[in-house]
Parts: sequence; structure tokens; C-alpha cells
Amino acid sequence: MDRRLIIEHIPRLRRYARALVGDRYVADDLVQDTLERAWNKFYLWRPGSDLRAWLFTIMHNVFVNQARRRRYEIEQAMDELPAVAVRATQGEQLELQDVDRVLRSLPSDQREVVLLVAVEQLTYEQVSRALGIPIGTVMSRLSRARERMRQLLGGQPVTSLKVVK
Amino acid sequence: MKALDETDVHTYVDGGLPESAKAELDARLRAHPEDAERVRAYTEQNALLRSLYNPVLDEPVPAALLAVHPRAWRRYAVAAGTFALGIGLGWLVRGEFVTQIVVPVSIARLAATAHAVYAPEVRHPVEVSAKEEDHLVGWLSKRLGTTLKAPKLAPLGYELVGGRLLSGPQGPVAQFMYQDARGQRLTLYVSRQRGEPRDTAFRFSQEDRVSVFYWVDGNYGYALSGEMKRDQLLQVAEVVYKQLNP
Repeated sequence: MDRRLIIEHIPRLRRYARALVGDRYVADDLVQDTLERAWNKFYLWRPGSDLRAWLFTIMHNVFVNQARRRRYEIEQAMDELPAVAVRATQGEQLELQDVDRVLRSLPSDQREVVLLVAVEQLTYEQVSRALGIPIGTVMSRLSRARERMRQLLGGQPVTSLKVVK
Repeated sequence: MKALDETDVHTYVDGGLPESAKAELDARLRAHPEDAERVRAYTEQNALLRSLYNPVLDEPVPAALLAVHPRAWRRYAVAAGTFALGIGLGWLVRGEFVTQIVVPVSIARLAATAHAVYAPEVRHPVEVSAKEEDHLVGWLSKRLGTTLKAPKLAPLGYELVGGRLLSGPQGPVAQFMYQDARGQRLTLYVSRQRGEPRDTAFRFSQEDRVSVFYWVDGNYGYALSGEMKRDQLLQVAEVVYKQLNP
């Protein structure tokens, strides 16, 4: 087996983990657990099938188990955030931090779907397989996530993209 | 005019709508500013989320993450435990570690094949029926060269139908068959394993429609097969495992 197969996916696993849990170190721990599990279960992966989707499935399982077991503090704190609209600051312009804050206020099952679609650009079919949920559920979560984000962002155009580090 | 299809809206935003459908939706959006606004906002969300997280791709990958594989390999090697002595990691890295996983995987496949052959059998599912359980177990034990046990699965609704002797790559194989009130069948496949005695963890394999839980205990491999969902089979497999490994 060529270990490069998995290694080349690490940057994208990190991107998804970061977006999912927010904190950089918690995210890298999630990636590490995912990789360990992937190596241990590699014999279950069918060559020729979508390795990336398979890795996202493993990450999803690790994430759900960890969230259930340890309950990420961040996760908890964020889920308890009241659903108030983000106030536009600094001259009516929303900033990327606001987008991040709104993302974090989503329930994690909706956040997973919206990130796999928007950032990882998986097809709905791939998301359905990766998360082990029917495609109808993918669509309803996506729909709710996007609508909630739209409302929380106040529906106003983001005029300036201030890129944060 | 029919209502706007919500899936189409998202597919449009995510760029998956075919040209013809796209043109049609564009026309509808022109007529419905509030939907057009939604599409604009969702498209913007995609762009914003990408600008937020794409920079992670350019960060150097922490060494700790790149170092995950060798540790996991060693751990896997220990777990598999095949040829536990005398095998260096170098040997593994050369790619021959494939033989390590072929052994346990193949028992799953053999067991699933035997299940697929005999479980649908109406008139002759077994050679020796459960009416002669003592004889059956004694006979198969003698042929496999060990003391076999037919697990008691009645509390789970499965009665022993009987068993048969099969041939496998390592010689004789025992197959016990169970059945529930609805005729759902399970088979337990027991075969001698090649190489040093070892123990493996409980594993799962999906062989087409047949689900298999399997493990190796000493010189013998065990595989429980059934055409059912993993979780359903797992309940039985755990009981079987506990009875055989008290």
C-alpha cells in the first residue's frame, strides 16, 4: 500500500476539521485520530472507491464519538449560543469572523453538511454516503443551515472580504 | 406555475444544475426577487466559507500528523499478530504486510461463500442435524483436531439446525447452521489457521450481501455469517464470541 494515498488527503482533512471544530489544536487532534483509525482499517477500504469520501466518513464517526464522549467544550458553548443576528460592525460590513461565528452557531449535523458541500465541494450523493444519511436528509440539513446562516448574517451583502489569518 | 424546487435551488448554487434547467431557473429567479436574493446569499456563503478555510490548505502539515502512519502500522501489526516473531518493520514497509491481512480477510470470504452456498438449501442444509448434536459436535471436533462447541443461541431466537464438514485451504472446516422462527439463517464457520497460534480482535467484513464477524483464537479461525445488517449480526456474534471465549 502506498501511504501517499492517504497523506495527500491530510491538508483537506485539516481544512474540514478546522472548519468543523474551530479550534486549531482540537481540529488537528481530530485529524490525528482519523488517520490512526484509517490506517488501522485500511484493509476495509476498497481500492478504486473514493478514498476521500471514505476518510470523511471516518472523520465523521470519530467526531460524533468524541463529541458524544467528551463533548467538546467549544461545541457545547457554541451550540448554546442564542440565535441572534450578527450585528454588522465597522461601517455595516460583515467580516469573515462573523461568518465563522454564525457557522459555529449551527447544530453540528447541519455544519457538517454545509461544510462538505460548500468547502469540500462534495456532491450531495457523496455527502449522503460519507455521513451515512439519506440524500433527503442531506438536502433538508443543507437547506436549514443555509437559511439560518442567511438570517443570522442579516441577509445583507458582505461587501468586504477581510481575510483573516 | 409550480413551486420552486428547493433541491434545484441548492444544486444551482453548488453549480450542479444542467444548462437547460439553469436557464429555466434563471428565468424564474428574475420573476421572484426574494428567491433570487436567497440564491445570492447562499452563493455568497459558499465563497465566504471557502475564503475562511482554504488558507488551511497552505499551512504546513504538522509533523505529528505525518508521523501517524508508522505507529499505526506497528499497532496494526501487533493486533494482527501474524507471524509475530521475526518480522521487522522493514519487512512490513516493503509491502509484504499484505500477507498479514490476507489471512483474516480470507476466512471472512470463505465463510461468506460457504454461507451463500448452504444457507439457502431447503432439503439438505446440513449433513448431520441438530437431533444428533452430540454426534455432530464429536465428529467435527475429531476431524478438526480440537474440541468444538456449538454455541447456544436459543435465547436470541436461533436454534441449531445442524452442521457439516467442508474442505478449506487448511483442511477440514466445520460449519454450524442456525435458524430463527422466520427461517433467517446464520452459519458459524470454524477452520484451522496457518502459522503460529495467535489471537485477533473481533472484525467485521461485508462480503456482498453476507455480513461476517470473524476472529482468530489460537490455531482456529471463527466466522459468523448472515444475510443481515451489521448491527443485527453483531448482537449474535458477541454472544457466540463470549460462549467460545469464556
